Amino acid sequence: MAHFTKATSVKDWLNQRLAIEKVEKVMASEYWIPKNINFLWAMGMILVITFVLLLVSGIFLLMYYQPNVDLAFDSVNYTIMSEVGFGWLWRNIHGVAASVVFLIIYIHMFTGIYYGSYKKGREMIWISGMFLFIAFSAEAFSGYMLPWGQMSYWAGMVITNLFSGGSLHADGLVEWIRGDYVPAQAFLTRFFMLHVLLIPVAIMGLIALHFAALRIPHVNNQDGEEIDFDVESKKYLAGDKVGSKVIRFANDFMSKDMMVVGFYLVFFFYLVFYHYGFAMDPVNFDPADGLKTPTHIYPEWYFLWSYEILRPFSTNIGLMAFAFAQVIFMGLPFLDRSPNAIPASRRGLFKYWFWAMLVNMITLTAMGKLPPEGIFSSIGFYAALSFILLWIALPIITILEKKA
Amino acid sequence: MKELLILAIVTVFTLITYYLVEPFAHSQMHKHVESEGFAYADLQANIKKGDVTRGKALVMGAGACTGCHAIKVAGVAATMDAVTAGASYGVNPPDLSNAGIVFDAKFLNDLIKNPAHALMVEQKFDVNAGEMHPMIPFYGAGGNMDQEIEDMIAYLQSIAVKPEGLTPKIAYETACGRCHAVKYDKWTQIGSKPIFKHKKDALAFDIKVLEYQDTLKAYMGKLPPDLSMYIRSRGEHYIKTFVENPQNYLPGTSMPRVGLTSESAKKVIEYLEDSGDAKRHEREKVGANVMIYIIFFAIFALLWKKQIWRKLH
Repeated sequence: MAHFTKATSVKDWLNQRLAIEKVEKVMASEYWIPKNINFLWAMGMILVITFVLLLVSGIFLLMYYQPNVDLAFDSVNYTIMSEVGFGWLWRNIHGVAASVVFLIIYIHMFTGIYYGSYKKGREMIWISGMFLFIAFSAEAFSGYMLPWGQMSYWAGMVITNLFSGGSLHADGLVEWIRGDYVPAQAFLTRFFMLHVLLIPVAIMGLIALHFAALRIPHVNNQDGEEIDFDVESKKYLAGDKVGSKVIRFANDFMSKDMMVVGFYLVFFFYLVFYHYGFAMDPVNFDPADGLKTPTHIYPEWYFLWSYEILRPFSTNIGLMAFAFAQVIFMGLPFLDRSPNAIPASRRGLFKYWFWAMLVNMITLTAMGKLPPEGIFSSIGFYAALSFILLWIALPIITILEKKA
Repeated sequence: MKELLILAIVTVFTLITYYLVEPFAHSQMHKHVESEGFAYADLQANIKKGDVTRGKALVMGAGACTGCHAIKVAGVAATMDAVTAGASYGVNPPDLSNAGIVFDAKFLNDLIKNPAHALMVEQKFDVNAGEMHPMIPFYGAGGNMDQEIEDMIAYLQSIAVKPEGLTPKIAYETACGRCHAVKYDKWTQIGSKPIFKHKKDALAFDIKVLEYQDTLKAYMGKLPPDLSMYIRSRGEHYIKTFVENPQNYLPGTSMPRVGLTSESAKKVIEYLEDSGDAKRHEREKVGANVMIYIIFFAIFALLWKKQIWRKLH
């Protein structure tokens, strides 16, 4: 058993029992971050803040939400939106944050792709991040069911139908997922459970894994430079803060993070109060009606690119393409065969691959919402095809890449 | 500066995506109908000047309006209750107390002469099969018919509330309320649902509503939707232009053209905002305060960063 002495202060008392000084060093003051970074390195902190906003607003909404097909719509649109004090505020925060969190996730992902932050020991950061993306997608989808509006119902119908596997006709699986032949009470209650318990718990675990995955390889920097963190941190501690290539997580890195968070929150609350419509589809303000299919059924904007990979093909090929799109990002660290972990701008053909992928995904996103008719249908088809071809081309162009 | 360039790139790609999935996609998915400014250009204006006294005599007598319509402000009660009236006419005929201010004069003029034409529901009635709109056209009371119609309109205008007295609820009740419920304001097609002391009275009221809805459904083809959340699901522009001329959006619909004036349409919109976006004033107020707070937060965060990073460069 450890030896305890009479404490000289509260801090000392805690120190003997919890080693708070050591914890503070490991987690903050001597957790070293490269100095050569830009504001894109603050996206992680922005995601943490947005997740906290989702969690807190979600807790308040949970106090009045009724997971019952007869009451759900009114509990959201009447009870929460007009009866409960500031219920509208929590709902707007929750709805807007659910949409904006994906914008930040995509920026975070493309930052990682651009700077090669998934290579050379950082593979687990990327993979845990992709698991987080999947968990957030499931969380967003299950949450979208809860207001039980027209889009909730029909999106639930369409997405659960995907599990029938086209020609496999696994209708039993679809019924098992729904708990009924069509989305109904059993369906709503289980998606409610997933949304407020199982998936949030999984997300919190994955966030811990994502952070842990950062410890050993450390955070990447703007030039892909390999930094000797031991040497550089000694230099910092010896007083050469200007010459050292690293900074403390707190308060050095944190102060920059909070500055970016500050600007982000101005943007975020502007959306919450003055421009929330994009995050809450008008169609979902009509109560669910199983006998009235909406003219246009489309998912929220962040799922549109993968929806558009599904849509232009025949059922079976579409489902295969869709499945491919869901998992392929996970394989990025292994499909990129180049030895260079440097920014895309210095990486030969990969530079063009990066921008082509970005433009391709934006094109898919736009076509995924537009009605699949005429020119939009053709653009969607070629964009979906290009998405697959880009991934096939990736190993080839990166093998050809010269060592920088 | 490099960071500003990166920010510009991120912003441009974000805005392009936003533009494509929101304004552009919606412009492609939904037909855009320009407002006609509630001008009712297809209807003829009556140039004769109406006389209130003669109008009153016509409305109460030869015009036979009160055979079906109540006029509460003039002391004329409904000849039957809403459910019976619904069963007789399909829809409970409106109380005319405020018809003179809620409805456009040109529209009323046409309505009195030819209801199905003014309401744009001629497609519903097969004249050859002897079908006609439940409101009987006015065939004149022996004098100049245009003059008589204008007299009646003048009378209706004289008894209606003054413009400043036109509340959102009066406008809604007169124009929309006999077909469309608004449950978030406890409005049913047969009136506001009172608070009952005994459950059996409440249930009896609900049964009346259901009976009324049954005849309404038979007359309209489907139960007209509850409009509680229409301000969010359809938006102001859609509601305005739809009410102006429903046929523009849904050719053949049994929803009539209602003939609102531009002012009363605004009141109807306000009523729908009160039910579907009740906290909009609070949102604006709280929003302004939060924005001020968060801008100060951002400024302090910027200063903190500058202070710390001064020693790092």
